[in-house]
Amino acid sequence: MALSIDTTTELSYAEAAVLALQREMEADPNVVVIGEDVGRGGIFGQYKGLQQRFGDQRVIDTPISEAAIMGAGVGMALAGLRPVVEMRVVDFALCGMDELVNQAAKNRFMFGGQGRVPLVARMPGGIWDASAAQHSQSLEAWFAHMPGLVVVSPSTAQDNYSLLRSALQCGDPVVYIEHKGLWGARGPVDESVAVALGQAARLRTGDALTLVTWGKQVHACSEACDALARQGVSVDLIDLRTLWPWDRDTVLASCGRTRRLLVVHEAVQAAGFGAEIAATAAEATGCRIARLGAPRIPVGYAAVLEAQSRVSAAAIATAALQLLDQTVPA
Amino acid sequence: MDSPFPHPEHALALYRTMARIRAFENAAEIASQGGVSAYGQQATGTVRVRGPLHLSTGQEAVPAGVCAHLKPADYLTSTHRGHGHTLAKGADLGRMMAELFGKATGFNGGKGGSMHIADFSVGMLGANGVVAAGLPIAVGAAHAQKLQRREAITVCFFGDGAINRGPFLESLNWAQVYRLPVLFVCEDNRWSATTASGPMTAGDGASARAEALGIAATQVDGNDVFAVHATAARLVDEVRSGNGPRLLHALTYRVKGHVSVDPAAYRDPAELAAALATDPLARARTACTRAGLTAAAIDAIDAEAHAEVEAALAAAAAAPWPDAAAAFTDIQTTGAGQWH
Repeated sequence: MALSIDTTTELSYAEAAVLALQREMEADPNVVVIGEDVGRGGIFGQYKGLQQRFGDQRVIDTPISEAAIMGAGVGMALAGLRPVVEMRVVDFALCGMDELVNQAAKNRFMFGGQGRVPLVARMPGGIWDASAAQHSQSLEAWFAHMPGLVVVSPSTAQDNYSLLRSALQCGDPVVYIEHKGLWGARGPVDESVAVALGQAARLRTGDALTLVTWGKQVHACSEACDALARQGVSVDLIDLRTLWPWDRDTVLASCGRTRRLLVVHEAVQAAGFGAEIAATAAEATGCRIARLGAPRIPVGYAAVLEAQSRVSAAAIATAALQLLDQTVPA
Repeated sequence: MDSPFPHPEHALALYRTMARIRAFENAAEIASQGGVSAYGQQATGTVRVRGPLHLSTGQEAVPAGVCAHLKPADYLTSTHRGHGHTLAKGADLGRMMAELFGKATGFNGGKGGSMHIADFSVGMLGANGVVAAGLPIAVGAAHAQKLQRREAITVCFFGDGAINRGPFLESLNWAQVYRLPVLFVCEDNRWSATTASGPMTAGDGASARAEALGIAATQVDGNDVFAVHATAARLVDEVRSGNGPRLLHALTYRVKGHVSVDPAAYRDPAELAAALATDPLARARTACTRAGLTAAAIDAIDAEAHAEVEAALAAAAAAPWPDAAAAFTDIQTTGAGQWH
């Protein structure tokens, strides 16, 4: 893997994250990584080569102790470091919930601004093929609900590079949710591109409806947009990228224009973050709204069961047409 | 048996720390009556200290004896019963009282109250409303101290109830794996809220659990401030010298209820009477006079502490409330202003 590059290059989603970490670790000696298996590059290759480059005092292998990993991250941050806290998968981050929700998120406020907790907790989310109920969850809405936390969900290699750098620089506790199904996804990465937290990306311009999504679902939505275009339906496709703070200006401006909003996410639809976006858009613009997420069932193992939790491009296109009062072509 | 008596100046300093904690806790206890609906009582809404208040009355010798060996650069993490730790680490008594009153002049500007007292300026990284939550934060802070090659150490206070939570194991293991400069202090007051800790704890307790991980543990009479002081001197020195973590198991007793409005009717009066007979301030006073210090010198310390607390009460009462707008500050920089 070529890590010394100056211009745009093609990288995987995982390699882009490695490059972002490398750049931040070069720039700031206080950036350290703590977590299980990080010295061997992490189970998804998302730390590949970093321990060799920066040593085991900056890329620190830890016991399987999620509460201590997250809690130690809080202590390190209070003491002046900027830890990258590796949780392996979002499902395991649940073992460190007090440390994230009661400690990291509330520290600055609770102690009257005496300290800050600049940590980035990486907790890959989403369905990991054939990994069943405890390795496939999308829990971003939990964290978006928590005052104090920033929540990020990149969908491309470029965004993973740019947003991880922004996350490490922002000084707030960040829940950084990469998608388990995107590690190998390749795309151009331009190191000079900065993406601010809270800034959505408008991927397509259209008039018929606004389609808001994030994470891996961006790719299914793009596919759906292709199918809709063939039927003459043009879509304003917005990749939210950051869930908190979310880019209301971009979303509401689009909804005001198209008057129709469909929010799509991989997470369970009930009480998902799509409800927040849809309600806000309806209140602010009076637009018609629809949501599409997974049914409220645990993700099953067998392919036929797992498929029930997936939100397909076909389902997205159907939901879009229903919102337009059009029928689905046979 | 009482421990060797220290230099008289040190003895009086230790007594002063304890006397200030005791005076603070007594005043806070009175100010908090009717402050919370629990244990059959209803909050009146007119009291000065609202909400649950966890008193460390009777446990003063532990923070006094341990923190006497700490420097401002050393860190400390505390518990929900943290007033004593905070004062012993050098924090200002008046600002702590103001925080209990919820005033703008408190350490946290009224955002935290008793359960979240902190004074980062003296290395006191916070009391905590969650049992055992301070342990992982302490090992993280100690880890940073080691990585940054500082000479400072971290002291982590926790109670006997905390050793039954997972973060206790995770944090002790972590500290020993990385040989971190952290002194764990189990302040064993025998009670986990309204339940006796003993019947809820398998095995031989905090020291045995530490030793199972290879961490040297020392037990001490936590109501003998001079014993705590002497033992902590050795342990702090060992930790500061880079020998890895140590655990001090200090046996004391929670004289008050779980919170200040808890009459603790669930426990045997004989047990309380026995504990009161070993009151750390009374014992220190006896030891001091036996060593030739005058009762007048000790009385003067008590009087000073009382006067300081009276002044703190008056100042806190007179201090302004926080602006309502402060509810929207110090939350996060990214996305500040987006509250809905």
